[in-house]
Amino acid sequence: MAKEVDVLILGGGPAGLTAGIYASRARLNTGLIENVVPGGQVAKTELIENYPGFDEGILGADLMERMLKQATRFGLQIHSEQVTGLDWKGAVKKIETDQDTYLAKAVIVATGSDSKQLNVPGEKEFKGNGVSTCATCDGPTSANMDVVVVGGGSSGVQESLFLTRFVRSIKLVEFMDRMNAEKILQDKARANPKFSFFLGHEVLSINGDSKIRSVTVRDRKTGEKKDLGAERVFVWIGMVPNTGFLKGHVRLSPAGYIITDEDLRTSVSGVFAAGDVREKGIRQISTAVGDGTIAAQSALHYIESFS
Amino acid sequence: MGQNLELNHDHFQKEVTESTLPVIVDFWASWCGPCRMMGPVIEEVARDYAGKAKVFKVNTENNAQLAGEYGVISIPTLIYFKNGKPVDQIIGAVPKSVITKKLDALLS
Ligand SMILES: Cc1cc2nc3c(=O)[nH]c(=O)nc-3n(C[C@H](O)[C@H](O)[C@H](O)COP(=O)(O)OP(=O)(O)OC[C@H]3O[C@@H](n4cnc5c(N)ncnc54)[C@H](O)[C@@H]3O)c2cc1C
Repeated sequence: MAKEVDVLILGGGPAGLTAGIYASRARLNTGLIENVVPGGQVAKTELIENYPGFDEGILGADLMERMLKQATRFGLQIHSEQVTGLDWKGAVKKIETDQDTYLAKAVIVATGSDSKQLNVPGEKEFKGNGVSTCATCDGPTSANMDVVVVGGGSSGVQESLFLTRFVRSIKLVEFMDRMNAEKILQDKARANPKFSFFLGHEVLSINGDSKIRSVTVRDRKTGEKKDLGAERVFVWIGMVPNTGFLKGHVRLSPAGYIITDEDLRTSVSGVFAAGDVREKGIRQISTAVGDGTIAAQSALHYIESFS
Repeated sequence: MGQNLELNHDHFQKEVTESTLPVIVDFWASWCGPCRMMGPVIEEVARDYAGKAKVFKVNTENNAQLAGEYGVISIPTLIYFKNGKPVDQIIGAVPKSVITKKLDALLS
Protein backbone atom coordinates (compact mmCIF):
# COMPACT_ATOMS: atom_id res chain seq x y z
CA MET A 1 0.00 0.00 0.00
CA ALA A 2 1.32 3.36 -0.99
CA LYS A 3 1.80 5.92 1.78
CA GLU A 4 -0.11 9.14 1.19
CA VAL A 5 1.39 12.34 2.58
CA ASP A 6 0.89 16.06 2.14
CA VAL A 7 4.56 16.89 1.83
CA LEU A 8 7.47 14.59 1.12
CA ILE A 9 10.95 15.99 1.77
CA LEU A 10 14.02 14.38 0.21
CA GLY A 11 17.19 14.84 2.30
CA GLY A 12 17.73 15.30 6.05
CA GLY A 13 20.34 18.08 6.25
CA PRO A 14 19.60 21.55 7.64
CA ALA A 15 17.41 22.51 4.66
CA GLY A 16 15.29 19.35 4.77
CA LEU A 17 14.92 19.31 8.55
CA THR A 18 13.93 22.99 8.62
CA ALA A 19 11.32 22.37 5.93
CA GLY A 20 10.19 19.45 8.11
CA ILE A 21 9.85 21.65 11.19
CA TYR A 22 7.72 24.21 9.35
CA ALA A 23 5.57 21.74 7.42
CA SER A 24 4.81 19.43 10.33
CA ARG A 25 4.23 22.32 12.69
CA ALA A 26 1.69 23.62 10.16
CA ARG A 27 -0.08 20.27 10.68
CA LEU A 28 0.74 18.96 7.25
CA ASN A 29 1.25 15.22 7.16
CA THR A 30 4.97 15.28 6.35
CA GLY A 31 7.51 12.58 5.58
CA LEU A 32 11.26 12.86 5.03
CA ILE A 33 13.37 10.39 3.11
CA GLU A 34 17.06 10.32 3.95
CA ASN A 35 19.31 7.88 2.14
CA VAL A 36 21.96 7.63 4.89
CA VAL A 37 21.26 9.18 8.30
CA PRO A 38 19.98 12.71 8.96
CA GLY A 39 22.56 15.40 9.58
CA GLY A 40 23.95 16.22 6.18
CA GLN A 41 27.30 17.91 5.61
CA VAL A 42 27.10 19.86 8.86
CA ALA A 43 27.37 16.74 10.98
CA LYS A 44 30.79 16.10 9.49
CA THR A 45 32.31 19.36 10.65
CA GLU A 46 33.44 20.01 14.20
CA LEU A 47 32.74 23.52 15.37
CA ILE A 48 30.28 25.87 13.66
CA GLU A 49 31.18 29.45 14.53
CA ASN A 50 28.99 31.42 12.15
CA TYR A 51 25.52 30.06 12.80
CA PRO A 52 23.69 32.76 14.76
CA GLY A 53 22.39 32.03 18.23
CA PHE A 54 25.41 30.07 19.40
CA ASP A 55 27.74 32.74 20.68
CA GLU A 56 30.50 30.30 21.54
CA GLY A 57 29.97 28.09 18.51
CA ILE A 58 28.27 24.72 18.42
CA LEU A 59 29.46 21.28 17.37
CA GLY A 60 28.03 20.27 14.01
CA ALA A 61 26.82 17.04 15.58
CA ASP A 62 25.04 18.90 18.41
CA LEU A 63 23.36 21.31 16.04
CA MET A 64 22.03 18.56 13.81
CA GLU A 65 20.90 16.40 16.73
CA ARG A 66 18.87 19.35 17.94
CA MET A 67 17.36 20.11 14.54
CA LEU A 68 16.39 16.45 14.23
CA LYS A 69 14.74 16.40 17.67
CA GLN A 70 12.94 19.63 16.93
CA ALA A 71 11.58 18.28 13.65
CA THR A 72 10.39 14.96 15.06
CA ARG A 73 8.76 16.74 18.01
CA PHE A 74 6.24 18.22 15.60
CA GLY A 75 5.54 14.86 14.03
CA LEU A 76 7.91 14.67 11.08
CA GLN A 77 8.24 11.04 9.96
CA ILE A 78 11.77 10.10 8.93
CA HIS A 79 12.43 7.14 6.67
CA SER A 80 15.96 5.87 5.94
CA GLU A 81 15.36 4.65 2.41
CA GLN A 82 16.79 4.87 -1.09
CA VAL A 83 14.81 6.62 -3.79
CA THR A 84 14.49 4.23 -6.71
CA GLY A 85 11.93 5.89 -8.97
CA LEU A 86 9.99 9.08 -9.57
CA ASP A 87 6.80 9.96 -11.40
CA TRP A 88 6.14 13.67 -11.16
CA LYS A 89 3.96 14.13 -14.24
CA GLY A 90 0.58 14.14 -12.52
CA ALA A 91 -0.85 16.35 -9.77
CA VAL A 92 0.02 13.68 -7.22
CA LYS A 93 3.77 13.12 -7.06
CA LYS A 94 4.89 9.51 -6.85
CA ILE A 95 8.19 8.56 -5.21
CA GLU A 96 9.31 4.97 -5.02
CA THR A 97 11.95 3.77 -2.59
CA ASP A 98 13.59 0.43 -1.89
CA GLN A 99 10.94 -0.13 0.79
CA ASP A 100 7.77 1.82 -0.06
CA THR A 101 5.82 3.95 -2.49
CA TYR A 102 4.86 7.48 -1.50
CA LEU A 103 2.12 9.67 -2.99
CA ALA A 104 2.64 13.32 -2.10
CA LYS A 105 0.74 16.51 -2.80
CA ALA A 106 4.03 18.42 -2.76
CA VAL A 107 7.71 17.48 -2.78
CA ILE A 108 10.68 19.42 -1.38
CA VAL A 109 14.08 18.36 -2.68
CA ALA A 110 16.86 19.07 -0.18
CA THR A 111 19.43 16.45 -1.07
CA GLY A 112 22.40 18.84 -0.76
CA SER A 113 25.75 17.99 -2.20
CA ASP A 114 28.65 15.63 -1.66
CA SER A 115 32.39 16.17 -1.71
CA LYS A 116 33.95 16.33 -5.13
CA GLN A 117 36.60 13.74 -5.88
CA LEU A 118 40.08 14.36 -7.19
CA ASN A 119 39.91 11.54 -9.71
CA VAL A 120 43.56 10.62 -9.44
CA PRO A 121 45.14 7.15 -9.14
CA GLY A 122 45.07 5.89 -5.56
CA GLU A 123 42.05 7.88 -4.45
CA LYS A 124 39.52 5.05 -4.85
CA GLU A 125 41.94 2.40 -3.61
CA PHE A 126 42.57 4.22 -0.34
CA LYS A 127 39.01 5.44 0.25
CA GLY A 128 38.12 4.54 3.87
CA ASN A 129 41.74 3.55 4.35
CA GLY A 130 43.38 6.95 4.54
CA VAL A 131 41.61 9.10 1.95
CA SER A 132 38.90 11.11 3.64
CA THR A 133 36.48 14.01 3.31
CA CYS A 134 35.49 14.00 7.00
CA ALA A 135 37.89 15.47 9.56
CA THR A 136 35.82 14.46 12.58
CA CYS A 137 35.70 10.87 11.28
CA ASP A 138 39.36 10.43 10.40
CA GLY A 139 41.15 13.13 12.40
CA PRO A 140 41.25 11.41 15.78
CA THR A 141 42.84 8.27 14.30
CA SER A 142 45.48 10.40 12.55
CA ALA A 143 47.35 11.20 15.75
CA ASN A 144 50.98 12.26 15.13
CA MET A 145 50.75 11.61 11.41
CA ASP A 146 51.87 13.73 8.49
CA VAL A 147 48.86 14.49 6.34
CA VAL A 148 48.14 16.16 3.04
CA VAL A 149 45.06 18.36 2.71
CA VAL A 150 43.87 19.18 -0.77
CA GLY A 151 41.92 22.43 -1.11
CA GLY A 152 42.52 25.93 0.24
CA GLY A 153 38.90 27.06 0.38
CA SER A 154 37.12 27.82 3.63
CA SER A 155 36.12 24.18 4.18
CA GLY A 156 39.63 22.89 3.59
CA VAL A 157 41.32 25.42 5.87
CA GLN A 158 38.67 25.22 8.59
CA GLU A 159 38.83 21.43 8.70
CA SER A 160 42.66 21.53 8.60
CA LEU A 161 42.67 23.75 11.68
CA PHE A 162 40.64 21.08 13.48
CA LEU A 163 43.10 18.43 12.31
CA THR A 164 46.04 20.30 13.86
CA ARG A 165 44.87 18.99 17.24
CA PHE A 166 45.86 15.49 16.22
CA VAL A 167 48.30 15.43 13.34
CA ARG A 168 52.03 16.20 13.28
CA SER A 169 52.05 18.23 10.09
CA ILE A 170 49.74 19.42 7.33
CA LYS A 171 50.85 19.99 3.77
CA LEU A 172 48.11 22.02 2.21
CA VAL A 173 47.93 21.66 -1.56
CA GLU A 174 45.96 24.22 -3.55
CA PHE A 175 45.51 24.19 -7.33
CA MET A 176 45.27 27.98 -7.63
CA ASP A 177 48.07 30.42 -6.84
CA ARG A 178 46.27 31.61 -3.76
CA MET A 179 43.87 30.26 -1.19
CA ASN A 180 40.23 31.19 -1.35
CA ALA A 181 39.42 30.67 2.33
CA GLU A 182 38.00 33.42 4.51
CA LYS A 183 40.79 35.67 5.75
CA ILE A 184 40.26 34.85 9.43
CA LEU A 185 40.88 31.18 8.63
CA GLN A 186 43.93 31.85 6.45
CA ASP A 187 45.49 33.97 9.18
CA LYS A 188 45.02 31.20 11.73
CA ALA A 189 46.57 28.63 9.40
CA ARG A 190 49.57 30.80 8.50
CA ALA A 191 50.26 31.37 12.18
CA ASN A 192 50.27 27.65 12.91
CA PRO A 193 53.69 25.99 12.59
CA LYS A 194 52.16 22.63 11.63
CA PHE A 195 51.21 23.99 8.18
CA SER A 196 53.23 24.19 5.02
CA PHE A 197 51.64 25.41 1.80
CA PHE A 198 51.90 24.17 -1.76
CA LEU A 199 50.01 26.77 -3.75
CA GLY A 200 49.70 26.44 -7.50
CA HIS A 201 50.22 22.68 -7.21
CA GLU A 202 48.04 19.90 -8.54
CA VAL A 203 47.75 16.38 -7.17
CA LEU A 204 48.80 13.65 -9.60
CA SER A 205 48.49 10.50 -7.51
CA ILE A 206 48.16 9.02 -4.04
CA ASN A 207 50.75 6.32 -3.48
CA GLY A 208 51.30 3.51 -1.02
CA ASP A 209 51.01 -0.20 -0.35
CA SER A 210 48.78 -1.45 2.47
CA LYS A 211 48.59 2.19 3.54
CA ILE A 212 49.27 5.61 2.06
CA ARG A 213 52.94 6.64 1.89
CA SER A 214 52.99 9.76 -0.26
CA VAL A 215 51.18 12.12 -2.58
CA THR A 216 52.70 13.17 -5.88
CA VAL A 217 52.09 16.81 -6.80
CA ARG A 218 53.20 19.01 -9.70
CA ASP A 219 54.07 22.68 -9.58
CA ARG A 220 51.79 24.11 -12.25
CA LYS A 221 54.26 26.86 -13.23
CA THR A 222 57.55 25.00 -13.38
CA GLY A 223 56.17 21.50 -14.02
CA GLU A 224 58.39 20.17 -11.25
CA LYS A 225 57.06 17.03 -9.54
CA LYS A 226 57.41 16.35 -5.82
CA ASP A 227 56.51 13.46 -3.53
CA LEU A 228 54.99 14.68 -0.29
CA GLY A 229 55.23 12.14 2.51
CA ALA A 230 51.81 11.48 4.09
CA GLU A 231 49.83 8.76 5.78
CA ARG A 232 46.44 10.42 5.36
CA VAL A 233 44.92 12.57 2.63
CA PHE A 234 41.94 14.85 3.22
CA VAL A 235 40.16 16.24 0.18
CA TRP A 236 38.03 19.42 0.25
CA ILE A 237 37.93 20.68 -3.31
CA GLY A 238 34.28 21.61 -3.54
CA MET A 239 31.00 19.86 -3.86
CA VAL A 240 28.79 18.17 -6.47
CA PRO A 241 25.01 18.37 -6.16
CA ASN A 242 23.10 15.18 -5.34
CA THR A 243 20.79 15.43 -8.33
CA GLY A 244 21.75 12.43 -10.46
CA PHE A 245 18.39 10.80 -9.72
CA LEU A 246 16.54 13.94 -10.87
CA LYS A 247 17.84 14.09 -14.45
CA GLY A 248 14.91 14.31 -16.84
CA HIS A 249 12.48 15.02 -13.99
CA VAL A 250 13.26 18.64 -13.14
CA ARG A 251 15.27 21.45 -14.74
CA LEU A 252 18.93 21.52 -13.71
CA SER A 253 21.74 24.00 -14.36
CA PRO A 254 24.71 22.85 -16.48
CA ALA A 255 26.56 22.04 -13.24
CA GLY A 256 23.62 19.95 -12.07
CA TYR A 257 22.01 22.28 -9.52
CA ILE A 258 18.20 22.61 -9.41
CA ILE A 259 16.90 25.84 -10.88
CA THR A 260 14.28 27.61 -8.76
CA ASP A 261 12.46 30.91 -8.59
CA GLU A 262 12.33 33.17 -5.56
CA ASP A 263 9.64 31.04 -3.90
CA LEU A 264 11.83 27.98 -4.51
CA ARG A 265 9.48 26.50 -7.10
CA THR A 266 11.19 24.25 -9.62
CA SER A 267 10.24 23.63 -13.24
CA VAL A 268 7.70 21.04 -12.01
CA SER A 269 4.58 22.42 -10.34
CA GLY A 270 4.32 21.04 -6.79
CA VAL A 271 8.04 20.32 -6.56
CA PHE A 272 10.23 22.72 -4.58
CA ALA A 273 13.97 22.77 -3.82
CA ALA A 274 15.91 24.03 -0.80
CA GLY A 275 19.50 24.28 0.36
CA ASP A 276 22.81 23.49 -1.30
CA VAL A 277 21.13 21.42 -4.01
CA ARG A 278 19.74 24.47 -5.77
CA GLU A 279 21.46 26.98 -8.01
CA LYS A 280 22.43 29.93 -5.80
CA GLY A 281 25.33 32.05 -4.63
CA ILE A 282 25.96 31.29 -0.97
CA ARG A 283 25.83 27.79 0.45
CA GLN A 284 25.85 27.92 4.24
CA ILE A 285 23.79 26.48 7.07
CA SER A 286 21.99 29.79 7.56
CA THR A 287 20.99 29.98 3.90
CA ALA A 288 19.96 26.32 3.85
CA VAL A 289 17.75 26.93 6.86
CA GLY A 290 16.26 30.01 5.17
CA ASP A 291 15.55 27.95 2.07
CA GLY A 292 13.87 25.21 4.11
CA THR A 293 11.54 27.79 5.60
CA ILE A 294 10.60 29.29 2.25
CA ALA A 295 10.12 25.93 0.54
CA ALA A 296 7.81 24.70 3.30
CA GLN A 297 5.71 27.88 3.10
CA SER A 298 5.54 27.65 -0.67
CA ALA A 299 4.49 24.00 -0.44
CA LEU A 300 1.80 24.92 2.09
CA HIS A 301 0.41 27.66 -0.18
CA TYR A 302 0.51 25.32 -3.14
CA ILE A 303 -1.45 22.62 -1.27
CA GLU A 304 -3.96 25.15 0.06
CA SER A 305 -4.62 26.44 -3.45
CA PHE A 306 -6.25 23.06 -4.24
CA SER A 307 -8.35 22.49 -1.18
CA MET B 1 17.85 7.14 24.20
CA GLY B 2 18.68 5.27 27.31
CA GLN B 3 20.21 1.92 26.61
CA ASN B 4 23.80 1.83 27.66
CA LEU B 5 25.69 0.01 24.99
CA GLU B 6 29.07 1.46 25.94
CA LEU B 7 31.86 -1.02 26.30
CA ASN B 8 35.47 -0.46 27.27
CA HIS B 9 38.69 -2.35 27.14
CA ASP B 10 38.14 -4.16 30.45
CA HIS B 11 34.99 -5.95 29.31
CA PHE B 12 35.76 -6.36 25.64
CA GLN B 13 37.08 -9.89 25.92
CA LYS B 14 34.18 -11.22 27.97
CA GLU B 15 31.46 -9.48 25.96
CA VAL B 16 32.87 -9.74 22.45
CA THR B 17 35.66 -12.21 21.91
CA GLU B 18 34.08 -14.81 24.23
CA SER B 19 30.50 -14.24 23.11
CA THR B 20 28.53 -17.13 21.68
CA LEU B 21 26.13 -14.74 19.95
CA PRO B 22 27.20 -12.60 16.98
CA VAL B 23 28.30 -9.14 18.07
CA ILE B 24 28.38 -5.75 16.37
CA VAL B 25 30.84 -3.24 17.78
CA ASP B 26 30.36 0.39 16.79
CA PHE B 27 33.60 2.37 17.06
CA TRP B 28 32.68 6.03 17.49
CA ALA B 29 33.59 9.37 19.13
CA SER B 30 31.50 12.15 20.59
CA TRP B 31 32.67 14.88 18.19
CA CYS B 32 32.16 12.69 15.11
CA GLY B 33 28.85 13.85 13.65
CA PRO B 34 28.15 10.87 11.43
CA CYS B 35 28.84 8.62 14.46
CA ARG B 36 26.42 10.60 16.61
CA MET B 37 23.71 10.56 13.98
CA MET B 38 24.14 6.77 13.77
CA GLY B 39 23.61 6.42 17.55
CA PRO B 40 19.82 6.03 17.49
CA VAL B 41 20.09 3.57 14.60
CA ILE B 42 22.56 1.42 16.54
CA GLU B 43 20.24 1.46 19.57
CA GLU B 44 17.33 0.35 17.38
CA VAL B 45 19.34 -2.56 16.01
CA ALA B 46 20.26 -3.56 19.58
CA ARG B 47 16.58 -3.57 20.56
CA ASP B 48 15.39 -5.39 17.43
CA TYR B 49 17.96 -8.17 17.81
CA ALA B 50 17.89 -8.55 21.61
CA GLY B 51 18.53 -12.20 22.45
CA LYS B 52 19.82 -12.97 18.94
CA ALA B 53 22.84 -10.72 18.67
CA LYS B 54 24.70 -8.25 20.87
CA VAL B 55 25.47 -4.66 20.00
CA PHE B 56 28.09 -2.50 21.70
CA LYS B 57 29.62 0.92 21.27
CA VAL B 58 33.31 1.59 21.87
CA ASN B 59 34.29 5.21 22.31
CA THR B 60 37.60 5.58 20.52
CA GLU B 61 38.52 8.65 22.60
CA ASN B 62 38.92 6.46 25.69
CA ASN B 63 39.82 3.22 23.94
CA ALA B 64 42.36 4.20 21.30
CA GLN B 65 44.20 0.95 21.87
CA LEU B 66 41.18 -1.22 21.02
CA ALA B 67 40.54 0.83 17.91
CA GLY B 68 44.17 0.38 16.92
CA GLU B 69 44.05 -3.36 17.55
CA TYR B 70 41.16 -3.74 15.13
CA GLY B 71 42.64 -1.42 12.55
CA VAL B 72 39.98 1.26 12.84
CA ILE B 73 41.05 4.15 10.61
CA SER B 74 37.80 5.95 9.99
CA ILE B 75 34.82 6.29 12.30
CA PRO B 76 32.10 5.24 12.47
CA THR B 77 33.34 1.69 11.82
CA LEU B 78 31.08 -1.23 12.63
CA ILE B 79 32.85 -4.54 13.11
CA TYR B 80 30.87 -7.78 13.10
CA PHE B 81 32.19 -10.60 15.29
CA LYS B 82 31.25 -14.26 15.06
CA ASN B 83 32.77 -16.77 17.46
CA GLY B 84 34.98 -13.98 18.75
CA LYS B 85 36.52 -13.17 15.38
CA PRO B 86 35.93 -10.13 13.20
CA VAL B 87 34.16 -11.39 10.08
CA ASP B 88 32.71 -8.29 8.44
CA GLN B 89 32.76 -4.50 8.72
CA ILE B 90 31.10 -1.32 7.58
CA ILE B 91 33.02 1.95 7.32
CA GLY B 92 31.06 5.21 7.43
CA ALA B 93 27.46 6.09 8.18
CA VAL B 94 24.86 3.84 6.55
CA PRO B 95 21.10 3.34 6.86
CA LYS B 96 19.75 0.70 9.23
CA SER B 97 18.82 -1.71 6.43
CA VAL B 98 22.49 -2.05 5.44
CA ILE B 99 23.45 -2.96 9.02
CA THR B 100 20.67 -5.51 9.50
CA LYS B 101 21.23 -7.15 6.12
CA LYS B 102 24.78 -8.09 7.09
CA LEU B 103 23.64 -9.18 10.54
CA ASP B 104 20.90 -11.37 9.07
CA ALA B 105 23.49 -13.00 6.85
CA LEU B 106 25.55 -13.85 9.95
CA LEU B 107 22.53 -15.24 11.77
CA SER B 108 21.30 -17.52 9.00
C1 LIG C 1 33.73 20.61 5.43
C2 LIG C 1 32.58 21.56 5.45
C3 LIG C 1 32.53 22.55 6.44
C4 LIG C 1 31.45 23.45 6.48
N1 LIG C 1 31.43 24.40 7.47
C5 LIG C 1 30.37 25.27 7.52
C6 LIG C 1 30.30 26.27 8.55
O1 LIG C 1 31.18 26.39 9.41
N2 LIG C 1 29.21 27.10 8.56
C7 LIG C 1 28.21 27.02 7.63
O2 LIG C 1 27.23 27.78 7.71
N3 LIG C 1 28.25 26.09 6.65
C8 LIG C 1 29.31 25.22 6.56
N4 LIG C 1 29.36 24.29 5.55
C9 LIG C 1 28.28 24.27 4.54
C10 LIG C 1 27.04 23.57 5.08
O3 LIG C 1 27.41 22.31 5.59
C11 LIG C 1 25.99 23.40 3.99
O4 LIG C 1 25.69 24.64 3.42
C12 LIG C 1 24.71 22.77 4.53
O5 LIG C 1 24.96 21.53 5.12
C13 LIG C 1 23.66 22.60 3.42
O6 LIG C 1 22.54 21.95 3.91
P1 LIG C 1 21.56 21.10 3.00
O7 LIG C 1 20.49 20.61 3.89
O8 LIG C 1 21.18 21.91 1.81
O9 LIG C 1 22.44 19.90 2.40
P2 LIG C 1 23.31 18.75 3.12
O10 LIG C 1 23.85 19.19 4.41
O11 LIG C 1 24.26 18.29 2.07
O12 LIG C 1 22.24 17.59 3.41
C14 LIG C 1 21.67 16.82 2.39
C15 LIG C 1 21.13 15.52 2.95
O13 LIG C 1 20.45 14.81 1.91
C16 LIG C 1 20.82 13.45 1.91
N5 LIG C 1 20.66 12.91 0.55
C17 LIG C 1 21.50 13.03 -0.51
N6 LIG C 1 21.00 12.41 -1.59
C18 LIG C 1 19.81 11.89 -1.23
C19 LIG C 1 18.80 11.14 -1.91
N7 LIG C 1 18.91 10.79 -3.21
N8 LIG C 1 17.69 10.76 -1.22
C20 LIG C 1 17.56 11.09 0.09
N9 LIG C 1 18.47 11.81 0.78
C21 LIG C 1 19.58 12.20 0.13
C22 LIG C 1 22.25 13.46 2.40
O14 LIG C 1 22.61 12.20 2.97
C23 LIG C 1 22.22 14.57 3.45
O15 LIG C 1 21.87 14.09 4.74
C24 LIG C 1 30.42 23.37 5.50
C25 LIG C 1 30.48 22.37 4.52
C26 LIG C 1 31.54 21.48 4.48
C27 LIG C 1 31.57 20.44 3.41
